[in-house]
Amino acid sequence: MSSAETAAVVRVEGLHKRYQGDGPEAVAGIDFDVLPGEIFGLLGPNGAGKTTTIGTITTRVRPTSGRVLVDGVDVSVDPVSAKLRIAAVPQLSNLDRSLTALENLTFHASYFGTGRRERRERARELLVRFGLGGRENDHVNNYSGGMAQRLMIARALMHEPRLLILDEPTTGLDPQSRLFLWDTMVDLRERGTTLILTTHDMIEADRLCDRIAIIDGGKIIALDTPRRLRKLLPAEHGIEVTVAAPADPSELFAGLSDADRTEARPAGEGRWRVRCYGEDGGQTGGLPAEALAAAQRAGLELIELKRLEGSLEDVFVHLTGRELRGADGARVSSRWSG
Amino acid sequence: MNAIGAAGASSSGLRGTRTVQLRAFFALCGRDLWVTVRHEFGSFLAQALLQPIFLLFVFGRVLPEIGAARPGYGTQLLPGVMALTLVLTALQNTALPLVIEFSFTKEIEDRLLAPLPVSAVAVQKILIAAMRGVLAGLLILPLAALILPGGVHVSGPDWPALIGIFAFGSLAAGAMGLVLGTAVPPNRISVAFAVVLTPLIFTGCTFYPWISLAHLRWFQVFTLINPLTYVSEGLRGALTTLPHLAAGWIALGLAVALVGFGLLGTRLFTRRAID
Repeated sequence: MSSAETAAVVRVEGLHKRYQGDGPEAVAGIDFDVLPGEIFGLLGPNGAGKTTTIGTITTRVRPTSGRVLVDGVDVSVDPVSAKLRIAAVPQLSNLDRSLTALENLTFHASYFGTGRRERRERARELLVRFGLGGRENDHVNNYSGGMAQRLMIARALMHEPRLLILDEPTTGLDPQSRLFLWDTMVDLRERGTTLILTTHDMIEADRLCDRIAIIDGGKIIALDTPRRLRKLLPAEHGIEVTVAAPADPSELFAGLSDADRTEARPAGEGRWRVRCYGEDGGQTGGLPAEALAAAQRAGLELIELKRLEGSLEDVFVHLTGRELRGADGARVSSRWSG
Repeated sequence: MNAIGAAGASSSGLRGTRTVQLRAFFALCGRDLWVTVRHEFGSFLAQALLQPIFLLFVFGRVLPEIGAARPGYGTQLLPGVMALTLVLTALQNTALPLVIEFSFTKEIEDRLLAPLPVSAVAVQKILIAAMRGVLAGLLILPLAALILPGGVHVSGPDWPALIGIFAFGSLAAGAMGLVLGTAVPPNRISVAFAVVLTPLIFTGCTFYPWISLAHLRWFQVFTLINPLTYVSEGLRGALTTLPHLAAGWIALGLAVALVGFGLLGTRLFTRRAID
């Protein structure tokens, strides 16, 4: 066992979760470590198993098999010790609506045994830091979505957790609140807090996460830094051609000598968008010239031709496919399968 | 941290865990008492006391005055109204918040992530609801003194019995609320309340002493299913000289209700809290 492994803040080993005895596996064998001071992203389509995985870490989901260690503590064996080390911010507000904002923070800290004076001081400090100074005596019913989100993060920090888990923290927030939360997360990392983040937002994941696990069908299908994940694309320099065509033109482009793989989808108004992935290397001619020639030969009107810069979204779609997902994460449509 | 260090930390953690858990338990109680006193006192009183005020007024004052009930009926009624208030307040104060917190506001999540076992969160809910029940039950005495025409006549109260019935009756009712609040899906809760509360209120020996049902044997037996019967009869025994169900049966009835509903409710609560 290497020292990096033993120091993991979270270690997930062979995790399986089946909610009903004969139902499908929501999590089908997941292993990963979250290292101290990193922002770890969990990315995946709806129903991929992200929330279940997070649930096992926060002690709210009991694993069917496998184990989860938080700071060396087995979550199933000693949930109380695990809970002392973690804080979770859910997607939707779960603030205590009977209390004011300040009381939300101070009572939360009291559950963790923080002294009276200390919790008042820390609460006031966090309220100011999260832009809620002056609104501390408001009832949280009167808080907007963005304010509630900030207050939940402030509350989570009241007991100084080693690990902060954020479930889609910026979904549905305005751009200002989103930027503020991004800065906050980076700031927290700098202060030594380890973060786990689930998100659908590729820009968010790309910008914040040190490492990202892409989950699909209850399994991790890729885990790396955003930069290295982008290299998982079949070619970093593919192209995208938009042409006016009466029918799927992908066969015309499939024969290009530099294209490893081609996929097409309708772009509306009788247009098709064709993506050709392959080694381009930037030589003269290459994919763009070949594609142009192919379109001309077939007499198709060229609308747009652009290079594909591998974005995290491309990686994500490449790895998880284009099908919409049902509630259980099963693919419900194969229209886009290439 | 190496493997040995981690093991050492968690075993010393286990030693300190009991203190941590107790502190969390009392802090949760502190939050609930604070909310009861500072934010919800008016609504708590209205919810708990409006019904008994009207019961005492109509059955204890109006009916005797118009000759529809015997003049002493109010005094006979008092233990029943107290029991009803105690039980309903404790039951509703567990069941209603649980339904709301689990299904709508998700407020329960902050408690479930507090450093104490999930079952302790359930027990804490019962305890606070029971305390609210006891408070509401006690407030019936001054209210009855004001409302009933002859005031309150308590003949030599049996204090240990009174305290015992208040404590165990309210805890059992809180446990019933825990079962109701966790077993019923949120979209059925209004139906469930009507279906559970109405028979509970009318078969709990609140408006009639159990002994007087001797001529209606099947109904007398039926009332024994209702935990409220034991609270009503217990208070009747503790506060009046009227004949009542034997003390042993009362103790047994309350114990069965508390243990049965307590275990079932905690189990259901844990199932709701942890998938």
